[in-house]
Amino acid sequence: MSERVIELEILRYDPEQDETPRFQTYSVPYHDDWVVLDAINYVKDELDRTLSYRWSCHMAVCGSCGMVLNGEPALACHTFLRDYPDKIRVEPLQNFPIERDLVVVMDDFIDKLGSVKPYVVAKQEQDVDDGEYLQSPAQLAKFKQYTACINCLLCYSACPQYSLNDAFVGPAALALAHRYNLDSRDAGRSVRQDVVASNEGIWECSFVGACSEVCPKSVDPAAAIQQTKIASTGDYFLKFLMPWRRK
Amino acid sequence: MSRRPYIRKPSKSGWWLAQPRYVRYMLREISALFIGLYVLVLMIGLYQLSQGKAAFDEFLASAEGSLGLAFAVVAILFAIYHTYTWFQVTPKAMPLTLGGKKIPGAFIIAAHWLGFVLLSAAMWLLVRS
Amino acid sequence: MAQSHKPIIWGLFAAGGTLGAFIVPALIWITCLAVPLGLLSGDALSYQSLHGLLQQPFNKLIVFAVLFVIIWHAAHRMRITAHDLGVRNDALVMLICYGVAAFGTALSLLALLKI
Repeated sequence: MSERVIELEILRYDPEQDETPRFQTYSVPYHDDWVVLDAINYVKDELDRTLSYRWSCHMAVCGSCGMVLNGEPALACHTFLRDYPDKIRVEPLQNFPIERDLVVVMDDFIDKLGSVKPYVVAKQEQDVDDGEYLQSPAQLAKFKQYTACINCLLCYSACPQYSLNDAFVGPAALALAHRYNLDSRDAGRSVRQDVVASNEGIWECSFVGACSEVCPKSVDPAAAIQQTKIASTGDYFLKFLMPWRRK
Repeated sequence: MSRRPYIRKPSKSGWWLAQPRYVRYMLREISALFIGLYVLVLMIGLYQLSQGKAAFDEFLASAEGSLGLAFAVVAILFAIYHTYTWFQVTPKAMPLTLGGKKIPGAFIIAAHWLGFVLLSAAMWLLVRS
Repeated sequence: MAQSHKPIIWGLFAAGGTLGAFIVPALIWITCLAVPLGLLSGDALSYQSLHGLLQQPFNKLIVFAVLFVIIWHAAHRMRITAHDLGVRNDALVMLICYGVAAFGTALSLLALLKI
């Protein structure tokens, strides 16, 4: 009985030895219940110890194993071998510098994430003795979808605007800003505006929608950005028409 | 350990050919070009209308020539594609809730198409009278 | 990063896109295809009927508003598309795209004021 063999064509890059990245092919035995991450782990354990990549939870909650598989951004732990042809091209996330092999430099994203103030900015800071901020299930439902982001960066890999202009704040950061803007406990929309409503913020987005298509957690960052555009446009005109209005 | 991150830069002009979803995006954007050209033609026609019967009749004749018709066919196809894609994204840009529950996107899209059909029919009937 | 002034352009863009989505297909049908296909009498689009229709100020306003928002929608979208196709000179692109829209707008204004 011949066993099915999967060929992983992995992009390698050793900064100390390679001028440019190159592909290296590995043959991995097929298992019906394996995900691509299992195959990559097999390569590292059995075939080539030098392969570098990020992974952790193996269940699509940590966001570490984002890669490009046969041209499509995907989580390696979330994609089954049985759904792929015999040859799988494995590349690091697009639009980020390659550190080594499948590991990318995420610093740009981390900076952008911080810049949108991804925390509750309360109208009035409450003392611990005042108790918790109260929130109804209906209020939670308004923004819950946007809390699901695991920072896997598949959206940045898929976004052509980020590819054309890496000053773009990007889908995940803007979706998270939206999450806080929609949170009933938060009053921070105006302090986020400088980054969110800037030319490099929501206005760089042309609604390609690729980000939402590749998101493994159905966050729908594209929707978040479009809703923010509408809110920002409203804010802008209200500010113009009623400059005395306090936000 | 020395770091030397490698930067890959995809083609600034050809990136969209790499995946079907990007090709569809380009098609969607190009639909606006044809809509814009059509409106420009209308504006020129409007101007010719203001210049008298002779000027306007000349405009009508060229608009209804074979080139004009070919453009109109292409334009209407792209216009419908614009309508289709615009309605498709409307629920994302403006999510609606009724009584605490989110209205399904498909319902919003269907309502838009209904509005489109009714409005188009109204325009057609108006012109026919 | 300062707050952008894009909302002005985007507001026009959104209005033009929405209006265009609803009326442009029917408009193209009525103005360009129905008559040659024999489904509409040429009288409806004749000089007399159109000139008469546009005498009324309200109709002028409607026609201007419709043409205005849709052409500005198209102009803005073409600016974005130029950027998407790798054209870096945004200033030049803006001049061309918005310039054409401005030209059309001016043409419409002149025409409607004359009729």
